[in-house]
Amino acid sequence: MTTFTQKDPVFVVVQLSGGNDFMNTLVPYSNPAYYDNRKFLNIAEEDVLPLDGTLGWHPEMAPFKELYDKGMVSVVQGIGYPDSNRSHFRGMDIWHTCAPDEVSTIGWLGNVIEQLDPRGENPLTGVNFGVGLPRAMSKAGVPVTSVSNLDEYGLMSGISAQQQRVQALQIFKDMYGQAVGSGPVMDYLSRTGMDVLSGADLIKVAPQQYESTVEYSDNPIAKSLRDVARVHTANLGTRIFYTQQGGYDTHANQLPTQPGLFRDLSRAVNDFFADLEEHDADENVVMLIFSEFGRRINDNGSGTDHGSGGGAYLVGKPMAGGLYSEYPSLERDKWEKGEDLAHTIDFRGIYGTVIEQWLGLEAAPIVYGNFEQINPFRAN
Amino acid sequence: MNTNELALKAHLLRRAGFGASRSELESISDKSYEEIVEDLVHPERFEEIDEDYLKRYNPELSYHDGHPIHAGRWIWRMINTKRPLEEKMALFWHHVFATAHYKGDHTPSTIGQIEMFRENGLTNIRQILIDLSKDPHMNYWLDNCENHSDQPNENWGRELLELFSMGVGNYSEDDVKQAARAFTGWTFEQPLPLYPYGHYESKFVFNESDHDNSEKTFLGRTGNFNGEDIIDIICEERATALFICRHLYNFFVEDEPQIPAWSIEPPRNPEAVDAMIDILMSNEGELRPVLNYMFNSDFFKNSFYKKVKNPSELVAGTLKLSGRYAVVPAEGENVGTLYNTAAVMGQALMNPPTVEGWHTGHEWIDGGTLNERVNFAVNQFNDVSSPGFEDILGRLGSAVKSVDLVDKCLDLIGPIEVGDETRQALSKYAEEVGDLELSTDEDRAENAKKIARMIQLIVATREYQFA
Repeated sequence: MTTFTQKDPVFVVVQLSGGNDFMNTLVPYSNPAYYDNRKFLNIAEEDVLPLDGTLGWHPEMAPFKELYDKGMVSVVQGIGYPDSNRSHFRGMDIWHTCAPDEVSTIGWLGNVIEQLDPRGENPLTGVNFGVGLPRAMSKAGVPVTSVSNLDEYGLMSGISAQQQRVQALQIFKDMYGQAVGSGPVMDYLSRTGMDVLSGADLIKVAPQQYESTVEYSDNPIAKSLRDVARVHTANLGTRIFYTQQGGYDTHANQLPTQPGLFRDLSRAVNDFFADLEEHDADENVVMLIFSEFGRRINDNGSGTDHGSGGGAYLVGKPMAGGLYSEYPSLERDKWEKGEDLAHTIDFRGIYGTVIEQWLGLEAAPIVYGNFEQINPFRAN
Repeated sequence: MNTNELALKAHLLRRAGFGASRSELESISDKSYEEIVEDLVHPERFEEIDEDYLKRYNPELSYHDGHPIHAGRWIWRMINTKRPLEEKMALFWHHVFATAHYKGDHTPSTIGQIEMFRENGLTNIRQILIDLSKDPHMNYWLDNCENHSDQPNENWGRELLELFSMGVGNYSEDDVKQAARAFTGWTFEQPLPLYPYGHYESKFVFNESDHDNSEKTFLGRTGNFNGEDIIDIICEERATALFICRHLYNFFVEDEPQIPAWSIEPPRNPEAVDAMIDILMSNEGELRPVLNYMFNSDFFKNSFYKKVKNPSELVAGTLKLSGRYAVVPAEGENVGTLYNTAAVMGQALMNPPTVEGWHTGHEWIDGGTLNERVNFAVNQFNDVSSPGFEDILGRLGSAVKSVDLVDKCLDLIGPIEVGDETRQALSKYAEEVGDLELSTDEDRAENAKKIARMIQLIVATREYQFA
């Protein structure tokens, strides 16, 4: 493992929900096969932001390219897994659980959080921003905190009078705090209630302490990443953050949709790291940006349908930057299922890379096997 | 009506419906428990809910551009219907035959399927499976429109057997293929093109020229089967009756393990499920006799607060108590928001996560969803002018003694039974507020908030998370 920093390593996951079109993210503009197969939905050569003479970023990703040019982005090309499942939910489940052959309820980050905090002492070891806990973070007995609105997070937040809210919270604590042993479900409820209570109590300092000159844009992913920054810079011991940006399911109208998403995303990620840098809190943070699958090689005239291989991005100061694995072949006989980009590296190898080389844990018990890893981190 | 009888009826209405306010319980006080069960399984005895006011206040319901407002309308129906089991069975079948809006993005089909469950949900397994096989929303969801005689698509055939009728382990891979062949040519058509007409209802069509007319062997029987024949055969199987009865038990009586475990773990109460299977099979798949038996059984009557409420039950049940979102909506009540209310608790109605449906029981609960559940229920009693709270206040009479406050409120909210530690914590609050005078308007104005706080604490309990 790199010992880039003395601080505990922190890992931020950004999930692009819906299946992002990798071919129009990192565009193989020098390859005629790209224009042959993407007749309608292509990015013209003069519009891409060139990266190395063969590939170029989507024109709306300038702020992201800026990070790449600083060496802060290690791109994982062709990420996927064998026999990719094109269902969003099943596909996402597989990414969340590392279990392609069974329906599992144990998330890979649930396992990670359990190892980082085996006795569940800090309910903020893992924090999700968004509605509903992603399965990636869930594991029975592992407390995590899921926040939909950081400024109003917490039980009884609708009781406006402060004194009465404090009183209500004390009674809530009395009701949930007893180890009753009246059945596993009741006990589970007690534990969950107490975790919510203590998590909310701890996390509420974050918005109070935070100050920054970085002005994030007004959109969901920017808001979420600002929340991550607010909690991270409050030093509450959070090691795993999770959030998502929706809208990538571009079966139709991809041309007007995807650029807006990229604009929001790349600006937000750039602002996030600038914010962390301002707080001298960026050296121990690595971000993974992924999506549940790539999209079909041929467009459908308006959008692209669900595909297989895609791309992922590891971002942060500790990264060595550059391109990893191989860009999936555009030659027709190499296509997966006759119509998708074939994956060139298994996502479980990328998780393993983060788990072992960044978080310092053993990967095999978490991703259920040994998968090829990459070396995307900067040598010390 | 003695307390036990009242509690039992309240239990029945929480499970077979979405709960009941004290006034509703009183309105049926002259009926016996058994008569109420009869009424529940015969919703046609009661008037259908009138949506006129709702549509007047929510003109966007006339458009078919998005499903959330219609999912909200569904919750509004759960709150206000005079036919609670009709809506509950629609929710039941929506759990079992999980079909999501996100794939087809076609609102008329999405809401049409729920309407179908309302109409056929209490009929007969065979009828329901045949209707389901012809439902355009399901047809598109499981790709049967891509199931062609020269190129079968197995998705529907597989899920019909695995998730909708028999369950894993009761058929072979070859049976899946044969079932798929029998359903070739079962597709749908759009009467009007999407552009410029927008979303109009799709209709089932049987495309004979695309149907595989050759011989099939399915579950040991051979013939030139069509889809109906496959369903006839499925309905003869005890495995199907077991699957349906276990679902009913899981949904109405007691939380079972998650469905993927059913092929390994036996039912919680095998005798109960066996008895239900026998009734279902001897009545040729008719559901009313099974439901009648189930609701009147001791195992049902003894299952008080044994099930974790699903988010729809929590939302609709709490709003029934607060009297909000009534037939005539009050100002500021936008039914569309109810969709999101349940969605943040993990149940986006009309959008289950996968064809396997929602994970239920304690899996409804995590840190995020518990926070949402508690805050939602608590917030419904911030406003002491809500009709439901005013009713509760009125029932407390001209004064309430501190020592009685907990019991009286627990009674009016359920009756709900709580554990000792919950009772102690609530009693501590009751002691702090002391005896409360309610005889004059000034007294009531002063003390209503304190009583509302007690209700808020009760709906924040662990016990309230259960039905």
